[in-house]
Amino acid sequence: MKRRLSRREMLRRSAAFGAVAAVPANVLAQAARAAPYANLTAAEAATLEALVARLIPSDANGPGALEAGAARYIDRALGDAFPAQRPTYAAGLAALETYARSRAGGSFAVLPPQRQDELIDDLEQDRAPGFTPSASTFFELVLGHTLEGTFGDPHYGGNRDFIGWELIGYPGLRLAVTAEQQRMNAALEPLQTSAYDHTQFDEHRAAGERDGD
Amino acid sequence: MATRLDAADVVVVGLGGVGGVAVEPLAAAGLNVVGLEAGTRLSARDFAPDELRNNFRGWPHAAQKCNREIPVHRPNASAPDNPRSSVHVMMNGIGGTTLHYWAQSWRLNPWDFKVVSETTRRYGSGRIPKGSTVEDWPFGLEELEPYYDKVERAIGVSGQAGNVKGLVDPRGNIFEGPRERAYPMPPLRGTEFTDLMGNAAQRLGWHPFPGPAAVNSEVYDGRSACLYHGFCNRGGCHVSAKNSTAVSTIPRAERTGKLAIVTEAHVTRVDVDADGRAAGVQYLKDGETYIQPAAVVLLAGYTYENVRLLLLSTSAAYPRGLANNGGQVGRHYFTHNQAGGVLALFPHKLNRWYGLPAQGVAVDDFADDNFDHTGLDFIGGGNLWVYSDQRPIAAAGMPTFGRAPRWGANWKQFVMENADRWCNSYLQKTTLPYEDNVLDLHPTVKDPLGDPVIRITADHKDNEKRIAAFVQDKMEQWFLEAGAVATQRQPFGTMGVSTHAYGGTRMGDDPETNVVDRWGFCHEVQNLGVLGASVMGTSGAHNPTLTAQALAWRTAERLVAEWRSIAG
Repeated sequence: MKRRLSRREMLRRSAAFGAVAAVPANVLAQAARAAPYANLTAAEAATLEALVARLIPSDANGPGALEAGAARYIDRALGDAFPAQRPTYAAGLAALETYARSRAGGSFAVLPPQRQDELIDDLEQDRAPGFTPSASTFFELVLGHTLEGTFGDPHYGGNRDFIGWELIGYPGLRLAVTAEQQRMNAALEPLQTSAYDHTQFDEHRAAGERDGD
Repeated sequence: MATRLDAADVVVVGLGGVGGVAVEPLAAAGLNVVGLEAGTRLSARDFAPDELRNNFRGWPHAAQKCNREIPVHRPNASAPDNPRSSVHVMMNGIGGTTLHYWAQSWRLNPWDFKVVSETTRRYGSGRIPKGSTVEDWPFGLEELEPYYDKVERAIGVSGQAGNVKGLVDPRGNIFEGPRERAYPMPPLRGTEFTDLMGNAAQRLGWHPFPGPAAVNSEVYDGRSACLYHGFCNRGGCHVSAKNSTAVSTIPRAERTGKLAIVTEAHVTRVDVDADGRAAGVQYLKDGETYIQPAAVVLLAGYTYENVRLLLLSTSAAYPRGLANNGGQVGRHYFTHNQAGGVLALFPHKLNRWYGLPAQGVAVDDFADDNFDHTGLDFIGGGNLWVYSDQRPIAAAGMPTFGRAPRWGANWKQFVMENADRWCNSYLQKTTLPYEDNVLDLHPTVKDPLGDPVIRITADHKDNEKRIAAFVQDKMEQWFLEAGAVATQRQPFGTMGVSTHAYGGTRMGDDPETNVVDRWGFCHEVQNLGVLGASVMGTSGAHNPTLTAQALAWRTAERLVAEWRSIAG
């Protein structure tokens, strides 16, 4: 069973993390070196961290995707669950960095949040050049993976400290649910466990690992 | 060098929803049955409540045979192929997709068997859409009723009967055809939310009822009642309360000692003898080729697999594919018209975090021919279904109803408030077969063995699009009556790879337009039977599995009863 964070602790972490997106690239890179990414380069990791930090930002409503470990989740999945996406991330993050430098005159990771948001908006609206097949395709890919890494089972390296589940009020895994617990206004204590904290279940290979034929 | 095995009485290709049902009556009758299954045997330990794995990473089907032969879709013969999906919608395994399906276990309505004659009788000629190849089934609901009844008891189905021997019960589906007796279990429990929806439907003058499910509402056959934990949607059941064939009919067949199961057996061809009769099958296991002779071959794969195996099995007697000298294999293909739901936003929490997709409330007032189509520009209709099933990643991926951006601080504020205030709906609609919606072998795309995959050439036609719009109107009306503050229509899309794929080996008396006869055996190859929705000529507005299972049981009983004439 995982420890459940108190609201106060969450807010404290939130405030601490709130500054991350604005720190210089060398500091970000230093952080990445402290706990190296397994698949992404330090430069890619810095860009991705800054990106997920704006998709689901840390703010007065609590910590966001960066604090939940969404970038780490993606990094790990690029090594097992979806290795075929590794080149897509390399190309997409490089294209974003190029676009940031040409459009905003600086590395994406060190731009002010508002400027970063404008660039992300360009990706979403397909206004940014240099992406294959398109900027919006890359945006959708990262957004989807950021949701997975923020709201998925922490077993896969994201949703750290159950940040995502707390954010949306998901009351957690219950292997047996009563009629009373299905009432619309049921007061359910948040249970913060991974599926694999329940020893009755076996873990399985990710989709990227194929059987032979 | 292929290894030739001892002959079986019957070889069943696939031990999923239909093959897994057919083996019970076959084995009980004392026939020696070999069941070849491409997947493995899974247990409750494999069914973790893991949304990422089950719903986003395509486990366990991702690592399987079906995933190596995903069909390629194009909307019509002059359009380019659409990008091929990376994860198949179905899975291999003992129990097949009944391991992780929604388990909604509907009977078809009487109209679904008689679309042509009933439409003509009620509305006159000219109402069958142009280009449709729909035919009446060779029999009506009354012929299939005893087999529905047997399967409902063999696997275990929960539900509220709406018509027992003609006596209509408004607690159930008042539009269902007569049944001989009630379901073996009462319906799954409702929730406060499904009650809210049910009450709204009643205020509209509609007839809501709990849908039938192959999920235990109480202890059944020694298996647990459902625990409503919320991971049933593309997940297996951790307490075997979902009645897949893996926990119901297959174990009973095995206990007779007459069913030999081979897992991870990839059947590549059906062999024929000098007389053009089915001689058995070839399969690969662990890189070795085996020949399994049998007096009777039953194909029990998914629609795409059944059609593909026939088309791949060419011979001097069947140069265009087995049982395809008449050119009907792959024709009359259609998928259930599932896309195009309606989403709703409520001003209060719904608590849909737990439950299952089969725990819901249905409205059939606009399904099939349950309403007057005079003056409408379509035939058929849709089933409306609202249910309790939500998990966190999907909840956070919610639509924003035009009220927030899709990311950033404002989005975050929006999902904090609304992740548990939105709801989807499942609208299953009539789809008809058309002359230009077909399956064949892809000219260039192959599986790792070098065999071509299925090419789907299919798109929705005007009749289906009109049904979709009509049913979306009704669903919006229902949500708004229940207090929704916003609704959003989902796009209807095209007719790509589907979990509800029908036709390709259609059943009918006329060998000019059908592959299998009224019993499920090929017109051209009498000792070759086909099981599954590939034999169905209409979809109705309800999930196909129970109908496919009832047909499979019926084919198996026919084989037992007519063994000498069919096995030769």
